[in-house]
Amino acid sequence: MGKKAGTPSLEAVDLHCTRGERKLFGALNFTLHGGGLLRIGGVNGSGKTSLLRIACGLLEPTRGEVRWAGENIRRLQEEFWRQLVYVGHANAIKDDLTAAENLYVACTLAGTRVEPARIGEALRSLGLAGCENLPARVLSQGQRRRVALARLALSEAMPLWILDEPFAALDAAAIDCVQRLVIEHVSRGGAAMLTTHLEAQIAAAATLRIDLEGN
Amino acid sequence: MMAALRCVIYRDVLLAVRRSSDVMTVLLFFVIVVSLFPLGVGPDPALLRTIAPGVIWVAALLASMLALHRIFASDHSDGALEQMLLGVTPLGMIVGAKVVAHWLVSGLPLVLISPVLALQFDFPQQFLWTLILSLALGTPVLSLIGAIGAALTLGLRGGGALLSLLVLPLYVPVLVIGAGAAEAAVSGLGGQAQLLLLGALLAFAAAFAPWAAAVALRISTE
Repeated sequence: MGKKAGTPSLEAVDLHCTRGERKLFGALNFTLHGGGLLRIGGVNGSGKTSLLRIACGLLEPTRGEVRWAGENIRRLQEEFWRQLVYVGHANAIKDDLTAAENLYVACTLAGTRVEPARIGEALRSLGLAGCENLPARVLSQGQRRRVALARLALSEAMPLWILDEPFAALDAAAIDCVQRLVIEHVSRGGAAMLTTHLEAQIAAAATLRIDLEGN
Repeated sequence: MMAALRCVIYRDVLLAVRRSSDVMTVLLFFVIVVSLFPLGVGPDPALLRTIAPGVIWVAALLASMLALHRIFASDHSDGALEQMLLGVTPLGMIVGAKVVAHWLVSGLPLVLISPVLALQFDFPQQFLWTLILSLALGTPVLSLIGAIGAALTLGLRGGGALLSLLVLPLYVPVLVIGAGAAEAAVSGLGGQAQLLLLGALLAFAAAFAPWAAAVALRISTE
């Protein structure tokens, strides 16, 4: 169980993952407590994204289980997802919606009620001032990533953040901004799990590191 | 939860409106197929009157099949579907909302334009309501059944052909009963029985299809 009373902990117990014929990883164990940050490293194709998808419950592990507050997440389902923010590899941005509409839809689906004013604020905090009402079609790859990550600025209440390559396609200023959001989240007692190739300077109280070898 | 469902319906309709060429393709296909029949079959009013319900129903079925793959395809490719899978609203209800939105943009226009097309066949006007009602009850069933097929074939290469093969057998009863309603009305038997059957099919499909599609989505996104 978690050390902190506030945030339950995420536990992986004897996780195995095999995709097709290929064994990605096996016998993986970790515990992520509130206030902790878990960094998944490893070469391309070593199973980082698969591990994150297993941790969210999108993918079923070949063996083993993931527990949230001691309960298997595949049993908890919506109860677990209510407390989770997952920003995946794909941005989930619709070309024909504006940046603000995209962010509103993402928050509403996640069950967070947000005021229109806060949406503008979140977008501006990620350096998207002036882009709020532009269709996402005209935004660059990095700007779309920022729109997807702007959700983090509205998700203080969610105890667990799972981010897949959050810094991909971002420039230095945006990387700083996202790092600051993650640090704030962790120092509030939230837990975060992310994959990245960057040697990010996120200094959390309890930083765990897992490197997947790949074979 | 209602906020999320409203948001999904609003979003999907808005997306369809902003990309209206997709909607127009379906509608145009329906209009063209139905309009070609009087030209091909010849101007015999008695014959046209007889085939009208069947032709309109077959065209509506094909048109709705044309739009099916779009229910989940774009959400799947840009990652929005993952966010729905991880949302706080039960997935079956989200699927239900998506089907409602899909029907509003691809089924409802067919229903609304059908009386105009029926005029080309000299279809008796007092029975137009039976035809419209049969389409209004039947096309949502097609969308609901189609959602299961679309979810099962999501992400498959060549899924389009497989999708048609999967859903066609399930479409046949809807087609037989739907076209039968207007035919029975014209022949003086009254189409109430068929309309009631269609209503029952709709209630059954609305209750079960979204959940079946939700399970299929979870499997095909793994």
